[in-house]
Amino acid sequence: MDVELIAVGAREDVLRRIRTSIGTPAANAPAIEAEWNTLPREYNRVGSLDREAVLEMLDERLRDYDASVIRIQSGAVAETIAKQLTERGKHRLVIPKGLAEALGEALPAGFEFVVDEGLSTTELDSFEGVVTASTVAIAETGTIVLQNVAGEGRRAPTLVPDYHLCIVRAGDVVENVPEAMTRLAATASLATTFVSGPSATADIEMTRIKGVHGPRFLDVILVT
Amino acid sequence: MSGAGLDPRTAPKFQVAARVLVGDSQMRKNVRHATKVIQTKRAKVVAEMPDWQKLREAGQAIRQHTLRHLDFYLEQFERNCTAAGGVVHWARNAEEARQIVIGLVKSSGAMGESPTEVIKIKSMTTEEIQLNKALEEAGVHAYETDLAELIIQLGHDQPSHIVVPALHKNRAQIREIFMREMNLPDLGGTPQDLADAARRFLREKFLRVKTAVSGANFLVAETGGVCIVESEGNGRMCLTLPETLISVAGIDKVVPRYQDLEVLLQLLPRSATGERMNPYNSLWTGVDPTQKGGDGPRTFHVVLMDNARSEILADKEARQTLQCIRCGACQNACPVYQQTGGHAYGSVYAGPIGAILTPQLMQMHHAQSLPYASSLCGACYEVCPVKINIPEVLIHLRNKVVKQQSSGFHILANPEVMALKAVAQVFRSDKVFRVSQKLGRLAELPLSHKDGQGVGWIDWLPGMLGGWTQVRDLRVMPKQTFREWFEEREKNKQGANNGR
Repeated sequence: MDVELIAVGAREDVLRRIRTSIGTPAANAPAIEAEWNTLPREYNRVGSLDREAVLEMLDERLRDYDASVIRIQSGAVAETIAKQLTERGKHRLVIPKGLAEALGEALPAGFEFVVDEGLSTTELDSFEGVVTASTVAIAETGTIVLQNVAGEGRRAPTLVPDYHLCIVRAGDVVENVPEAMTRLAATASLATTFVSGPSATADIEMTRIKGVHGPRFLDVILVT
Repeated sequence: MSGAGLDPRTAPKFQVAARVLVGDSQMRKNVRHATKVIQTKRAKVVAEMPDWQKLREAGQAIRQHTLRHLDFYLEQFERNCTAAGGVVHWARNAEEARQIVIGLVKSSGAMGESPTEVIKIKSMTTEEIQLNKALEEAGVHAYETDLAELIIQLGHDQPSHIVVPALHKNRAQIREIFMREMNLPDLGGTPQDLADAARRFLREKFLRVKTAVSGANFLVAETGGVCIVESEGNGRMCLTLPETLISVAGIDKVVPRYQDLEVLLQLLPRSATGERMNPYNSLWTGVDPTQKGGDGPRTFHVVLMDNARSEILADKEARQTLQCIRCGACQNACPVYQQTGGHAYGSVYAGPIGAILTPQLMQMHHAQSLPYASSLCGACYEVCPVKINIPEVLIHLRNKVVKQQSSGFHILANPEVMALKAVAQVFRSDKVFRVSQKLGRLAELPLSHKDGQGVGWIDWLPGMLGGWTQVRDLRVMPKQTFREWFEEREKNKQGANNGR
């Protein structure tokens, strides 16, 4: 069946109906932009907490959503990754391209790290976990933002394995959502995922259950 | 979704459906529990936000602005999505949208193969157009992958809530469905056991099925990007792993700019599930140009569907209905919904938003009882994150219903309108009014009885009037009306004066 032939003329019809319904003559792009600029935005667009309080808040809110958080000083990333993976009993992990560069440290020895060069879904399903960096973290909502860049990679590897170890640099932590969106604006068209705790559901009697389809375990290493 | 589906065209009147459903005490208990839990969670995370009212105002302004320039933003979205490798389709109505999706699914197979399965993310828009049934008839089985939708699908049930469609079922009922449909005789009964069963059941489908169908929470005109918010990761599975993704979106889902998400992504999760942020938000733009091993599907389609939305836009008072971001907060807050549950509304959109949206999507030809499914208490307006004045729209729509039913042939089919017209005749003439009062006192005689204090009561009225006495007793008419009393007094006075 040729899909093109199903709703011939629908585009023009729908747009015409909309214009008739709106009733006012069509505005031009600059006028619409000017109107958009006057929309009220009196909500908090920048945070008010000091640095340490912001990091504290991220720590607390991540834990509140069942992620575990380890706070360390820079320089101790590799050893903390090793410690955390050992504790979790994970040996074979998938990593995105450019992870070591993004972390600024070589990955620890003693584990099998496989770089994702377009692994198939079935191959991804055979890993015990995934290790990535992150673009931004939002303290107020306990959110980590991943984008398709070096050190974070494609979306599938952070989804299929059951365990995600994510490294967040303190400099990438913002207090609220508007601050995060401002930082992300320049790379808005990259595939982006906001992760707030491990996969969860409250579909059964509104009881929050950790882990349905995404990773059931999320550990965050927060590097100051 | 299986079975006949919730269709406003064939659904009974709300009042009739509600009467039956309020008799289901298990359902009422489940709905009461769930709505209470979400409301408490919502109240807590909303109270955390000192700027909540400012966010609501911004959300309302963004949505109103978008609707004022809907044609402009849709064209901008189409341009940018196309430039990023997406394919945009337009559908005037549900039938066109269904045919487009079926056509796209059938042509999505590799090497000319026609797929017989798709995986699906929970989507109200696809429920609205009963897409699963149409796919099934075209030989394509759609696996619902959201836990609640899976419960509905396997239980041959219907969704009863926008966000938590299976909230009318408790864990024991869900366990029974899973035991039977997944063939798991030893399944445990905790929510964790049930979620684990769903994970195992769907995992294989995620890894195997190559075509996915979704809705959309927001379409970003500025970038051509699409945003979907979810909790379980089933959404990410459907958006990331298949080779073809088809997203169906109402034309009302567009937002002007990326920056506007900073408002909507704060309002939606706190209002919908009472979370500061739901576990996963996905944002993507078109397709990844990398041919092999790229990020996400190789083919991405968006179906922009009107289905009466452009008509709602024409009604200045009711236009605000289209501001809705489908959070379901109004359902949880509604004292009527809390008693009846969602199915009484005869539509996939239940609760206060359903009471205004459904009749308008039906172009006021069906679901005319829904604007009356409310006590106008205003709880829905208070919690709405984009400040839709639902009570105002309800009254406006009641007005429309009355106008429609009191004109032309409709009047013959509507005894209430006939009765009111008759009453109007009675009120028009003093003589007729007096006579009818006398007749009334005669007519009520056989129906009335006296209580211990000697006060007359009527506890049963015939026919349509019986609606009044079903839940309350009616005092009998006084022996004398005020006018009769007054006239008699004047006469007596005169008589006394004359006698002096």
